[in-house]
Amino acid sequence: MRLSKSWVIATKDFKVFLKQKKILYSITVAPIIVSILIPTVISFAGQNKGGHGLAATELTVLLPAFAFFYLILAGYIPTTIASYSIVGEKVEKSLERLLATPTTDSEILLGKGISAFLPSMGAIFGGSVIFMVLMDLVTQPKLGYYYFPNWNTGLVFFLLVPLTVVMSVGWNVIVSSRVTDVRVAQQIGILLILPLAGIYVGGELNLIQLGDTNTLLIIAGILFAVDLLLLYAARATFRREEILTKWK
Amino acid sequence: MDGDASRDSELPFMPAIEAVGLTKKFGALTAVDSVTFDVEEGEVFGFLGPNGAGKTTTIRMLCCLISKTGGQAKIAGYDVGEEQDALKIRKLIGLMPDNVGLYEALSAYDNLDFFGKLYDRTEGQRKENIQRLLAMLGLWEKKDVTVSTFSKGMKQKLGIACALIHDPQILFMDEPTANLDPESAKTVRDFILELKREKRTIFLNTHNLDEAQRICDKIAILNTKLMATGTPDELERSVSGKKTVVQLVQVTDAILAALRKLPLSNMTIDGNKLTFDVKDPDKENVAITEAIYKAGGQVRSVNIVGSTLEDAYLKLVRSDKT
Repeated sequence: MRLSKSWVIATKDFKVFLKQKKILYSITVAPIIVSILIPTVISFAGQNKGGHGLAATELTVLLPAFAFFYLILAGYIPTTIASYSIVGEKVEKSLERLLATPTTDSEILLGKGISAFLPSMGAIFGGSVIFMVLMDLVTQPKLGYYYFPNWNTGLVFFLLVPLTVVMSVGWNVIVSSRVTDVRVAQQIGILLILPLAGIYVGGELNLIQLGDTNTLLIIAGILFAVDLLLLYAARATFRREEILTKWK
Repeated sequence: MDGDASRDSELPFMPAIEAVGLTKKFGALTAVDSVTFDVEEGEVFGFLGPNGAGKTTTIRMLCCLISKTGGQAKIAGYDVGEEQDALKIRKLIGLMPDNVGLYEALSAYDNLDFFGKLYDRTEGQRKENIQRLLAMLGLWEKKDVTVSTFSKGMKQKLGIACALIHDPQILFMDEPTANLDPESAKTVRDFILELKREKRTIFLNTHNLDEAQRICDKIAILNTKLMATGTPDELERSVSGKKTVVQLVQVTDAILAALRKLPLSNMTIDGNKLTFDVKDPDKENVAITEAIYKAGGQVRSVNIVGSTLEDAYLKLVRSDKT
């Protein structure tokens, strides 16, 4: 497999994304909102009726789970990009011409994967930096130290988030092969965030210890296994003949 | 042409495209049934057939986009269907699909540059080819304009340019003038003729019989099975030959009796006009006029009317239905 071919396909997709305002907005708006909204809510929480805000003990329970918001974003953002990247080619009927070039199915699939992976990671990392800086500013007076960054957050952002983005890309390749409309692809693709939201809610309800390194590694292991399965299925779906004769 | 020099030197000694018993089945449906033909280097080969005849499926098999279920095919000596040859074939050929398939959000230049990169063209080669192709097709002034603003004809021309960005020696074109206005269709046709002068091998799927007749050196008529192959002239003759129309001063029984003694087929009488199917007009017309004179008739005019490619096409396609 030649990475250079995949990179050519990915950079072409980046150019297309830059021309599509809808894609740009969907990549950037959600991380920015989440990154500003959560610290804002925390800074005002518990202030009404003469309160003094959230206690330090409450913050140490809440903060680890907040990083999981970015796991939800990691499931959501590639949905938009991958659906445009693959269904968009179907709509523009450009896949046949692309498939006729001297590139392998794997190279094209990897190119599509890169074009969904890198902007998603960039948006999530950008948002996470804003989130951590604002959250530290808000919580440092209560905690007496800067909570972010820490090892567990590092695990979330550098291991769980990439694994989730890969999972979302794989899932969306499969979904995109079965639909002809970008919006339908997004609606079905977004179902992936349900289990991720479940993990977040479990953390907030203290059912899952999201501040525990072992728990994070178990989640990473599960995500890795799901990734392998989805990538295998995506590769099986993304075959020249399948695309030209069976994709809707 | 891209590819190694030894392969290039082999090309004159083998057909550019060769198919023997090429077959494609989708489950119980046979889309292409044991098709055999070859296309010489530098030849424009027209593939005619009604919708659903298997023309696009044949192109897709030859371009290694879908697998064959039977038979053999070779492109410049490389085996279609062999995994290790598929990339070499795709590198060697250009495809203009029936759907123009461009990136509408990108400019004409960016579209061409993208495909040039996928065919491993250097930046210098890409710039040179893009400028040459866009200038030839009258699109250079629009090189930085987003494709979504282009007319259908401009998109079609850009689509052809994309198929040629790597300077392929073998070009597959699937209905390149379909849905174009007459002026745009003419521009595209003229461009194909220009490519023909450059001795490129062109495999042209088309519905347009007039276009096929004007452009193609050889034509195949397909209706799942290959119905006939030959030059446009050969096809016309093979189906119903030519007709001789004789206008007489007056048709008499003696003239008709004399003509019936000749080995002529399909004589029709319309007033004083007689029409015959003839295979070799030069010889048969002499015999006809002699017979008429000997029977006391007077000839006003003798005309040879050729059956058209359309006649041949319709006869072949309809005969397959019955």
